[in-house]
Amino acid sequence: MGGRSLTTENFDEVYREWEEKTRQLLEKYPEQRERFETLSGIEVKRLYTTRDRKGEEMEKIGLPGEYPYTRGIRPTMYRSRNWTMRQYAGFGSAAETNRRFRYLLEQGQTGLSVAFDLPTQIGYDSDDPMAAGEVGKVGVAIDSLEDMERLLEGIPLDRVSTSMTINAPASILLAMYIAVGEKQGVPAEKLTGTIQNDILKEYIARGTYIFPPQPSMRLITDIFAYCAEKVPRWNTISISGYHIREAGSTAVQEVAFTLADGIAYVQAAVEAGLDVDRFAPRLSFFFNAHNHFFEEVAKFRAARRLWSRIMKERFGAKNPRSLQLRFHTQTGGSTLTAQQPDNNIVRVTLQALAAVLGGTQSLHTNARDEALALPTEASARVALRTQQIIAYESGVTQTVDPMGGSWYVEALTDEIEERALAHIERIDELGGAVAAVEQGYMQREIQRAALETQKGIESGEEVVVGVNRFRLDQEEQPELYRVDPALAREQVERLESLRQRRNGEETDRRLAALKRGAEGTENLMPLILDAVRAYATVGEIANALREVFGEYEPIG
Amino acid sequence: MDRPIRVLVAKPGLDGHDRGALIIAQSLRDEGMEVIYSGLRQSPAQIVATAIQEDVDVIGLSCLSGAHNELFPQVTRLLKEQGAEEIIVVGGGVIPQSDIPFLKEHGIRQIFTPGTSTKETAEFIRRAVREKEGV
Repeated sequence: MGGRSLTTENFDEVYREWEEKTRQLLEKYPEQRERFETLSGIEVKRLYTTRDRKGEEMEKIGLPGEYPYTRGIRPTMYRSRNWTMRQYAGFGSAAETNRRFRYLLEQGQTGLSVAFDLPTQIGYDSDDPMAAGEVGKVGVAIDSLEDMERLLEGIPLDRVSTSMTINAPASILLAMYIAVGEKQGVPAEKLTGTIQNDILKEYIARGTYIFPPQPSMRLITDIFAYCAEKVPRWNTISISGYHIREAGSTAVQEVAFTLADGIAYVQAAVEAGLDVDRFAPRLSFFFNAHNHFFEEVAKFRAARRLWSRIMKERFGAKNPRSLQLRFHTQTGGSTLTAQQPDNNIVRVTLQALAAVLGGTQSLHTNARDEALALPTEASARVALRTQQIIAYESGVTQTVDPMGGSWYVEALTDEIEERALAHIERIDELGGAVAAVEQGYMQREIQRAALETQKGIESGEEVVVGVNRFRLDQEEQPELYRVDPALAREQVERLESLRQRRNGEETDRRLAALKRGAEGTENLMPLILDAVRAYATVGEIANALREVFGEYEPIG
Repeated sequence: MDRPIRVLVAKPGLDGHDRGALIIAQSLRDEGMEVIYSGLRQSPAQIVATAIQEDVDVIGLSCLSGAHNELFPQVTRLLKEQGAEEIIVVGGGVIPQSDIPFLKEHGIRQIFTPGTSTKETAEFIRRAVREKEGV
């Protein structure tokens, strides 16, 4: 620019000259694409400058720990304390999973995250015909309190926090956790952890539902009410965009549908007579960290800002903790490739970094072999080490919200917020998230996005390294983890033995009381806790509720 | 063959991840096939009953929970028992290479591992149906 230095006064003029020069250059050296865009289809401009910020900047971005929390929920973030490194694990029997938990704690993991097998997640006992082939496969099989005791043996529940990925039967598993605490001498008010307990995303994206939406919402608000009183440090729900994204949504849809689900839960609880500032501080969120690095960072910032506004303006929440969106992140499972599995370590690193720069409270990093099977112990370790290297070696934790003020990231944060809000308004018009789910709105939108992605990959427009570009002729087959088939048989035997040993009359009495409760309107948590203490199984409790509530029939 | 190929895309077991199954169903429709999607949580017996009732040429099974070695062979066994072994069975999902020989021995014609294009899948199905019809 003729050696002229750039100042605020001459910016526009100098910028125009730069644009003109660049235009001439482009005739000789065109760019690689006509249009660059994020995975949500937001156009990415060549350059972001101060011109991309439209006034009101300070108010929108704010300071960390202050409304609207764009820059994070705490003023010091990782300078005070790193995020919780919480690797999701569970497979086979309770005893085997207990060994993996202890291994991960020894390796420096700071919280537990339990994966349950599908029969447990859908409320079937291990000997139910529906459970055939699935016992202990994607997580640990839990049939009764006895299994839960085995799962948590030697793990001090007053010092370790536990996240449980359980939804339709969340109240049953939480009751078991409380009962194990009692046996360890840890009172419920000291227990810390999270249950996923997000049924709406099951209808939308993950498929492990049991009951229809209305009774499911009641079970959730019963948990909110019970925990506000008896288990005050427990996160009573983790409103999950992760699975919405895995099912194929864009980042914008992930934010929009997750927050819309959140609105539905808050609304249901308020309608059930709960005070918003009583339960809202215990709501938490769960997001995906996908491939487009900056879009992901911006997504977390936008989600935080949107939620705080929703809580303040829509629900009149006053407690600052009610306004803060706290979230767990998992790196994107669907981005992993079966081809050249080592490449997944690099993908996971970038995604984890985006989560950290986005201000996550807790993180799971996927293992390199997860496109093929459950992780081996060695690959689970590398996944955890990835987090530790980001936390302890990279230096990115030393300042709060380092991406804040980046013209690009702030512009993208605004754009995601705006587009997500448009979806939320559409869902409001449909009558809220429950009605939108019943009408299949989110399901259709996600499927459309998933098809787009697939087309992009098949046409080569979207590059997947090792799959549609840079392939190898000969793939090496990695060592894979195998669940021992004998485990399922042993689990069924343990269950049969329990049924013989327990006081059957007492169990039946508790189940009958639960059924009566379900027919009425009282809070079901104490009744479920009684049934669990009498060693009623997950399947028996879920069946008692099925008899009253019925089962969800997905729309065709 | 002048009639369209009929395919049942089915999810046996309890796995709820149906992104792949839904994409395949839509892609095969785009390729001119008639596709029925079973929905989630179908037992092998239900899948076979639907396949016979709907008179399909092909069943595409999808499973990501690791239960494929139990569930897929049950489908082919029941087809045989009910005299419907001419129905071609293919599968996909999170399935390690090392399981493929076992599944093929049990009559699963092809396993489409992650990264396979929907075009390749459609092409395989067309070829297999043509061979069966002796065209």
